[in-house]
Amino acid sequence: MRTLVVAGLLSIATVTVQAQDSVTIGAVLSVTGAAAFLGEPEEKTLRIYVDRLNAEGGMLGKRINLVIYDDGSDANKARTFATRLLDDGKIAAMIGGTTTGASMAMLPVFEERGVPFISLASGISIVEPVRRFVFKVPHTDRMACERIFEDMKTRGLSKVALISGSDGLGQSMRDQCVAVAPRFGVQVVADEKYGARDSDMTAQLAKIKAVVGLQAVLNAGAGQSPAIVTRNFAQLGFSNVTLYQSHGVASKSFIELTGAASEGVRLPSAALLIAGQLPASDVQKPVVINYKQTYEAATGQPVSTFGGHAYDALMIVADAAKRAKSLEPGKLRDAIETTKDFVGTGGVFSFDAKDHLGLGPSAFKMVIIKNGDWALAD
Amino acid sequence: MAELLQYIATGITIGSVYALVALGFTLIYNCSGIVNFAQGEFVMIGGMVTVALTAYGLPLEAAAVGAVGVSIVVGIAIYILAVAPAGRASPVTVIIITIGVSIFLRGAAQVLFGKQFHGVKPFLSEQPVMILGAAVQSQAFLVIGGTAAASLLFWILLERTLIGKALMATAANRLAAQLVGINLRRVMLIAFGGSAAIGAIAGILVTPITLTSYDVGTMLALKGFAAAMLGGMGSPLGAMAGGLLLGLAEALSAGYLSSAYKDAIAFLATFAVLLLAPNGLLGRRSVNRV
Repeated sequence: MRTLVVAGLLSIATVTVQAQDSVTIGAVLSVTGAAAFLGEPEEKTLRIYVDRLNAEGGMLGKRINLVIYDDGSDANKARTFATRLLDDGKIAAMIGGTTTGASMAMLPVFEERGVPFISLASGISIVEPVRRFVFKVPHTDRMACERIFEDMKTRGLSKVALISGSDGLGQSMRDQCVAVAPRFGVQVVADEKYGARDSDMTAQLAKIKAVVGLQAVLNAGAGQSPAIVTRNFAQLGFSNVTLYQSHGVASKSFIELTGAASEGVRLPSAALLIAGQLPASDVQKPVVINYKQTYEAATGQPVSTFGGHAYDALMIVADAAKRAKSLEPGKLRDAIETTKDFVGTGGVFSFDAKDHLGLGPSAFKMVIIKNGDWALAD
Repeated sequence: MAELLQYIATGITIGSVYALVALGFTLIYNCSGIVNFAQGEFVMIGGMVTVALTAYGLPLEAAAVGAVGVSIVVGIAIYILAVAPAGRASPVTVIIITIGVSIFLRGAAQVLFGKQFHGVKPFLSEQPVMILGAAVQSQAFLVIGGTAAASLLFWILLERTLIGKALMATAANRLAAQLVGINLRRVMLIAFGGSAAIGAIAGILVTPITLTSYDVGTMLALKGFAAAMLGGMGSPLGAMAGGLLLGLAEALSAGYLSSAYKDAIAFLATFAVLLLAPNGLLGRRSVNRV
C-alpha cells in the first residue's frame, strides 16, 4: 500500500515537472488516406524541426512536446481529434488541417477555445472572412489562377480550355479561375471535368482539341490525375497549345510519372521547387536551400512544397513566441498577427488584422519543365 | 468523326480492363457463388509488382511473369487462409470476408510500396498510332489483344478441358459434383489462382496507361462488378460484353454529354439495363419451380 502511494506521488510529481518544462504544439494531419501525399511530408517536417528546435533549447527555454494525430483524410475524424487535443491538456498552438475540408471542420473549435490555429490547406474560405484565431500559410487557388493568367497575358494567350478534377483543389481552383479570367482578358472556351480516380482523360482532351483557336489548356487538380492528363495531352499531339498545370503537381514524382510528356509544361510554384536556381539576391534562397538539405538528408526523399508549409507554420509560431515572450495562446495569437516580413519556404509573410494569409501572388514563381527538371520560366 | 473514333478507342481500351476484372469475378462466382471483392487488388498487385521488379533491374518480361506469380500465390493464400476456414458459411459472410481481405491487401501495399503513384514505360513505343485522326496508344492494342487472348484461353479452359468441366460441374451443383468425385478444394484453388492471374494480367497491361497506386483496385473492382452484373453474373461472354459496354458508355458520355457526370451516366445505363433484364444481358435465367 505504501509503495503504491509513493508511486502515485512520484507520478504526479513527474507530470507537474513535465508541465512546467514543456510546451505542447498540437497537429492533426492527413498522414494516410487520399491526401497522404500532402500529409506525410508535413508530418516528417514537423518531427524533424521540433527535434531541431528542442536541441537548440526549445521555445523560450521550454521543451516542445509535439502531439500529432492522423485523421486518415477524413474531416469528421479531424474534428474529433481537434477536440481531444484541446480536452487532453493545454496546447499553445495548433498546426494542421492538411486539407481545406479538415481545416474548415476544425477551425470553429479553436476559435471558440481561443487557441491559434495555422492551417496547411489552400482553400481561401479558411481565412475569408478573417477569423480571430485562424491563420494559413499555403498560397490560395485564386493566387495560382492569377499567376497563371498573368503569364498567359504576357505570352499573348487568351483562349484557354479548363480541365479540372473532381477533388477539392480541382473544384475550387476551377471556380476561382473562371471568376478571375475576365480580369486578365482570358476567355474560357471549354470547361471539362474528370473523376478523382479516373485513369484516362483522352475523351475530355479530344473534345477540347476540337475547339477552334485554342491557345492553352489549364489543368486544375491534385494527385495522380494531372500526370495522366499530361500524358494524354502529349499523346493527342496538340499543336501550338501550351499546357499549364496547377501548384498541386509541384513534386518530383510528377516529372517521374510523366517523363518526356511533361516537357514544356508551365506551372506556378513556391520558390522551394527551384531552390538551386534562385538568383543569389533572392531573400528566400538561404531559407529554402536550408530546408531542402535538412529534409532530404533526414528522410532520403525529394522535398515537396507541402512539407514546406509545415515548416513555415512551425517557424511562424516559434518566431511569434520569441516576440510575445510568452507561450500563452492569446498572446501567441497577437504576436502571430503582427508577423512582418517573415521569410519562409512559401514566400515572405506579413500578417495583419485584415489579412491572415500574408502572401501575395508574387510568392508564386512561374516554373517550366525542361530536360526532366524544373526551371525558372522568367 | 475523329472525335467519335477517339471516344470509341478510349472506351474499348478502358472497357477491356473492366472486362478482365469482370472475368475474374465470373470465374470465382461460377464455382462458389462468392463475389470476391478483392478482385481489384489483383490488378493492383499485377501493376505494383511489375513496377517494383523492373525497378530492381529485371527485364519487363521477367517482371511480368513474376507479378503474375505473386498474384497467383496471393489468390491461393486468400482461399486457404480466409475463405476455406469459413467453411459452409453463407455466401454473404464470405463476401464480407473478401472485403476485409481487400482492405488488408491495400494496407499491406501501402506499407510495402508507399503511397505515391507509380508508372511503367509503354511496352512498345510512346508514340501513339494515328487512325483516321484519332490517336490510339500502342499500349491500347496490347490491352485489347491481351484481353482477347485471356478470354479465349479462359473459354478453352472452361469448355475444352477436364478441369473446366469440373469447374462447370461444381457451378451447376456442388453436392453432385462432390458425389462424382470432383475434388472441391482443388477446383476452388484453381478458380482463385486463375482469377488472380487474370487480374494481374490486366494490371500489368494497363499500368503504362493509367499508372498504379495502392488503392487503384477499389474503383476497378466496383466498375468490374458493374460490368459483370451488366453482362449477366456467371457468364464469361457477358463479362466481356458488359466490360466493353461500360467503358464505351463512359467515354461517349464524357465526350457528348458531360464529363462531370460520366460515371453516373454509365452506372445509370447499367441500372436501366438491369431493370429491363434482371439477369443481365447474357445471364442465365434462374427459374424456381414450385
